[in-house]
Amino acid sequence: MKRRVGFKVERIPIVSGRVVFFVSLLAILAAFVVAGIFFQIYGVSPIRAYQLILRGSLGSRFGLAETVRRAIPLLLCGVGLAIAFRALFWNIGAEGQLLMGAVAAAGVALFSGLPGPLLLPAMFIGGFIGGAAWGLIPAILKVMLGLNDVITTLMMNYIALYFVEWLIHGPWKGPTARGFAYTDTFPRSAWLPTIYNTRIHWPTLVLGLFLAVVMYVMVTRTRSGFEIRVIGENPDAARFAGISQLKTTLLVMLISGGFAGLAGVGEVAGIHQRLLGPTNISMGYGYTAIIVAWLARRNPLAVIITSLLFGAIMTGGDVIKVSLGLPFQLINVFNGLILFFLIGSEILLRYRISFLLRS
Amino acid sequence: MDNSEGYAIELRRIVKRFPGVVANDGIDLKVRRGEIHCLLGENGAGKTTLMRVLYGLYRPDEGEIILNGQPVQMTSPRAALNHHVGMVHQHFRLVPTLSVEENIVLGLDEGTGPFMNFRKTREKISAIANEYGLSVDLQTKVWQLTVGQQQRVEILKALYRKVNILIMDEPTSVLTPQEVDQLFTTLRTLVDDGLTIIFITHKLDEVIKVSDRVTVLRKGKVVETLLTTETDKPTLARLMVGREVVFRLEKSPLEQREKLLEVNDLHVLNDRGLPALRGVSFDLFGGEILGVAGVSGNGQYELAELLTGLRKSTKGRVFLAKKEVTNCSAREMNNLNVAHIPAERIRMGIVPALSIRENLILKKYRYFPFSQREFLNNKEIEENAHRAMSGYQIAAPNCETPAKLLSGGNIQKVILARELSENPCLIVAVHPTYGLDIGATEQVRQVILAQRERGAATLLISEDLDEIMTLSDRILVLFNGEVMGILDAESADIEEIGLMMAGTRHKGEEL
Repeated sequence: MKRRVGFKVERIPIVSGRVVFFVSLLAILAAFVVAGIFFQIYGVSPIRAYQLILRGSLGSRFGLAETVRRAIPLLLCGVGLAIAFRALFWNIGAEGQLLMGAVAAAGVALFSGLPGPLLLPAMFIGGFIGGAAWGLIPAILKVMLGLNDVITTLMMNYIALYFVEWLIHGPWKGPTARGFAYTDTFPRSAWLPTIYNTRIHWPTLVLGLFLAVVMYVMVTRTRSGFEIRVIGENPDAARFAGISQLKTTLLVMLISGGFAGLAGVGEVAGIHQRLLGPTNISMGYGYTAIIVAWLARRNPLAVIITSLLFGAIMTGGDVIKVSLGLPFQLINVFNGLILFFLIGSEILLRYRISFLLRS
Repeated sequence: MDNSEGYAIELRRIVKRFPGVVANDGIDLKVRRGEIHCLLGENGAGKTTLMRVLYGLYRPDEGEIILNGQPVQMTSPRAALNHHVGMVHQHFRLVPTLSVEENIVLGLDEGTGPFMNFRKTREKISAIANEYGLSVDLQTKVWQLTVGQQQRVEILKALYRKVNILIMDEPTSVLTPQEVDQLFTTLRTLVDDGLTIIFITHKLDEVIKVSDRVTVLRKGKVVETLLTTETDKPTLARLMVGREVVFRLEKSPLEQREKLLEVNDLHVLNDRGLPALRGVSFDLFGGEILGVAGVSGNGQYELAELLTGLRKSTKGRVFLAKKEVTNCSAREMNNLNVAHIPAERIRMGIVPALSIRENLILKKYRYFPFSQREFLNNKEIEENAHRAMSGYQIAAPNCETPAKLLSGGNIQKVILARELSENPCLIVAVHPTYGLDIGATEQVRQVILAQRERGAATLLISEDLDEIMTLSDRILVLFNGEVMGILDAESADIEEIGLMMAGTRHKGEEL
């Protein structure tokens, strides 16, 4: 009799946290293995590439600092997205919301004329409002007119992007910028303090960590969090229970957009000290944060870990560029592969697959 | 020596555990070749689990499967089909956008290479269909078929795969009485032709009507296997529930009558914007159950949704305890202590992924003691869950169990516990016992009667006329969005109600 390997698939009713963790780990590993093929194509040994990336992003003081400073916007955007995704609002627009936060902060820094100690708080408040306003537009369009949130939030990104371009080429172009397309440098009092010799603007980091904890408590322990979970798990039951879809959707997008806006404030006030080209401000943090939130399984506390992971991967992109002479964009391949394997691995959370010999 | 001759299927000591429950606890089952064998049991007794083990959807933790005297490994439905075992699921596994014949050959290697040869397959299918009287147009898309026709496609699918053992999982739950009779005729023909059929059900009438032998399951164990001719309904009911079943309910006479609900000339549109209710008026008193009878789609659901704030009226007024509540929101109606037992309990009544504990406060989470200011009070929420679970005998490992893991009866108990805990003044109950087993049905009805005793006004919407006759004090018949008449349940004649459901106005009603 010929024997062959078969497999069987069984539904799993409840998934334990351990399984989720290992499956996620497996997805990331798979992405690294496949990304290795790209290094091979460029003629670089994947093992050596990963050694360099690991050393460059986590193995040195400088690398570690870069990892953390990149994790800051990912953390803020990721926590907000985790909340939006909980309520089944598919916010793909954190990138645009981040940019609008940056615009608002720059506006306050350059034109408000507020005295020193009030300036930074005003920039954070302005940034939150800027991002939240940008996030609320698609929320209102969805609840009032039933427009698809994925499309509207995505499209709003481009509006924000070109709005920033227009500002720095046009009305906000700095007289002292010597013809470059950016604004004047912010006054000193609008600069965020950084940890000595790094680019870690720690006030934003502390804010991000604080908000992650607050959001975790909100989701698990409060009325609004309960409403978000009910809407997210069964919108019909939410209607039945008299939970307002409008109120909850607006709330999650206020949070999600606002937090992305705060991330924008951190970037312009902590890193660049001016408003400049949109791809220089963000480097796609708003998009990467989607993967950050998803890998964290929409848990705001877990976003702290996943944002650090992706901070390290982005720092690895610098290593790829500087040490290996390969394009930074390889990082996007990485991110894409991780999301691909992550979504693909969802099936492992719902089904048990076991291999068996049969004749 | 055990003689396996004559048995198509032997299941030996089958054990299947799920987290927190043993669904099958050492089940032995022998099914003779060429019989209709009923598997009878309440929801959660383990019938479907056992059949999924046989069909290769679940792997048993222990036990053996023996087909025609040979031990076999059922590793997948494909393996089951290779052993000529087929299953028609309660919820059909058809692709709605494909035609009947495409569904039937789906997944099979028919034709040459990548091309299908529909001419050949069509002949084969027609031959089978004609032989067993399973007429259905092969080129029609499945979504255009009635539920009964879809079921025929499922049976054809199995026969086309040359099964000689066919498992039917609660096949009648979706059929009209005529379709049920037709199905039974088909099953008889199949058995006469040598097929073996396992028929899963919790309806006693069907067991008596269709089966040769019956095995009763309770809590994952076999209670007894009987010849159908040697048993009767009360015996089966006792075996299934584990105690005597009261088929009659005691009802005290109506006492003081205070008008609680007044509905005046109500007009409501349905989801497609067409009139669903056209000028409906009635009164409902405290301590009274008003049954609403009618064929599905004559405005009952819209009436229930209107009274619970889920739908707005275009004309007419509603008063609750002399206060106008026309077009109040769901939350406002909830705050006025109106309870709603929804028709689709899993789609609307619960949040499947959340725990029992959280489902029990779905409508009360905003209020003391379950929350204060913005924060939920988990201790109170948990105590509430313990009270409800013991008070309503909700069977679950603990209150953290996600609601989706509960059986239909236990889900309904969660809903009842939540909706009735605040002593509602008005209860809108839609199909409260639909799909429930005898034990759970009895409990649900007792709970509704207890609320009546307490003085609540109950609007009971049901398609089960027996249920309406048993529980109601008065019966309102809806047809095409209009009230055909309101009868006294004591003196109501079921024939007359039937006529009114078909559009005849009640005699003596002023028009």
